[in-house]
Amino acid sequence: MNMFTYMRASTAVDAVRLAGEPNSKYLGGGTNLVDLMRETLERPAALVDVTALSNSIEEQEDGGLLIGAAARNTLVAEHRLVRTRYPALARAILAGASAQIRNMATVGGNILQRTRCTYFYDDDGSRCNKRNPGQGCDAKEGFNRYHAILGSSPCCVATHPSDMCVALAALDATVHLRGSAGERKLAFVDLHRLPEEHPEHETNLEPGELIIAVELPPLPFATYSTYRKVRDRASYAFAVVSVAAALDVQEGVVRDVRLALGGVAHKPWRARKAEAFLRGQPAQEAHFRAAAEAELADAQSLLYNGFKIELAARTLAAVLTELSEAQA
Amino acid sequence: MRFVINGEDFVADIDPRTSVLDLLREHAGLYGAKKGCNQGACGACTVLVDGERILSCLALAVQYEARSITTIEGLSENGVLHPLQQAFIEHDGFQCGYCTPGQICSAIGMAAEMRRGIPSRVTADLSAEPIALTPDELRERMSGNLCRCGAYNGIVEAISEVFVEAAQ
Repeated sequence: MNMFTYMRASTAVDAVRLAGEPNSKYLGGGTNLVDLMRETLERPAALVDVTALSNSIEEQEDGGLLIGAAARNTLVAEHRLVRTRYPALARAILAGASAQIRNMATVGGNILQRTRCTYFYDDDGSRCNKRNPGQGCDAKEGFNRYHAILGSSPCCVATHPSDMCVALAALDATVHLRGSAGERKLAFVDLHRLPEEHPEHETNLEPGELIIAVELPPLPFATYSTYRKVRDRASYAFAVVSVAAALDVQEGVVRDVRLALGGVAHKPWRARKAEAFLRGQPAQEAHFRAAAEAELADAQSLLYNGFKIELAARTLAAVLTELSEAQA
Repeated sequence: MRFVINGEDFVADIDPRTSVLDLLREHAGLYGAKKGCNQGACGACTVLVDGERILSCLALAVQYEARSITTIEGLSENGVLHPLQQAFIEHDGFQCGYCTPGQICSAIGMAAEMRRGIPSRVTADLSAEPIALTPDELRERMSGNLCRCGAYNGIVEAISEVFVEAAQ
């Protein structure tokens, strides 16, 4: 690990000012960043600790929730209003990492963990465009069972590993940002980027910009929402495929729906094609399956991850069936 | 920089790169918490900070200044083992013993999480209170601690004896 300067921020304004030096990074719980620094894949000159910033979870006048970015993952998952109004978010967080890591990791840090694959970590043995821009990608022709089937590019086929972010994408979350020019809001689905030509650029944040909060808009039918994660062992593993879904069924017809997929793309994948397909359709398994196929029509597989296309379709249909039966 | 380790003040002159695990092992002479993977994958370094379980290998010590850290060495009182330590012995909750300090600290943190009513991935009803520590709940909640000897049955029995049967 390289030497760095450590600074504690007491306010968001303070944090942005302290991070004004080149090659500074914000530090949350450190569960991803410290590991990457130890592997010398991240070499910041300065770390600005933002864990003392707001971690409050507050109900808004419109019925939504505002979650301070320093809230630990456990704090969000245990919050009464998250559990009752946005169960998909509580379940997504609880499906991620281990209890120890959820006690450490912050909301902001979870969002800004690196999109990564094992080839990214293999500094000595593999080429990686994310680690060394322009070098090439050995995952494309390598062991790519865990890699992307949607939105990938010839430069990068890694997937975003967060579970929490899949739920935030489905639930129409907004991120509140502070930069040197002041505050702005950004739709959560527009925060992360697809790899295109520059997989080393993973977000649309400006340099030095800090996530200060995540806002969940009111979504009454999200009481019927959930998260299902399919992985290679029962717990403590990244998703092969995951689904976050909220479904509103009235008299047997899909009135509204929110869907996102995890484990399939460089960013949490909002499934808008499936949503558009489903609105107004009968809430039946055949229609759920057809919606999933519509979403996955453009999916492209690599040598070892072709099974993910069918797995994603089945998981999406199964989750929608479960949510439909719950409100029958 | 000042810390409270197992109830006592501990002052160390440390580099900001120092993890809590290295603070314990290299500066405080406490070798209970183990450096298994040093990348957050095995749980052998689990310690309690203000009663919450964390992975000390991924924790930069500078972020934990003035906090109260409890390790396996801090669990016994007046030479009497913590009931969970005793139960691990009685139920063969280990073979080589390498993961044991992390398992025991983790289970104590888990019990506190149960008392707080924190749900897990396998909790069917997210609004349920209290949540029963069923075998499925216990295994899911302890899944961040690996045991390469495969002593899981004994580990589950030991934790169940102390935190499930005692609650009944």
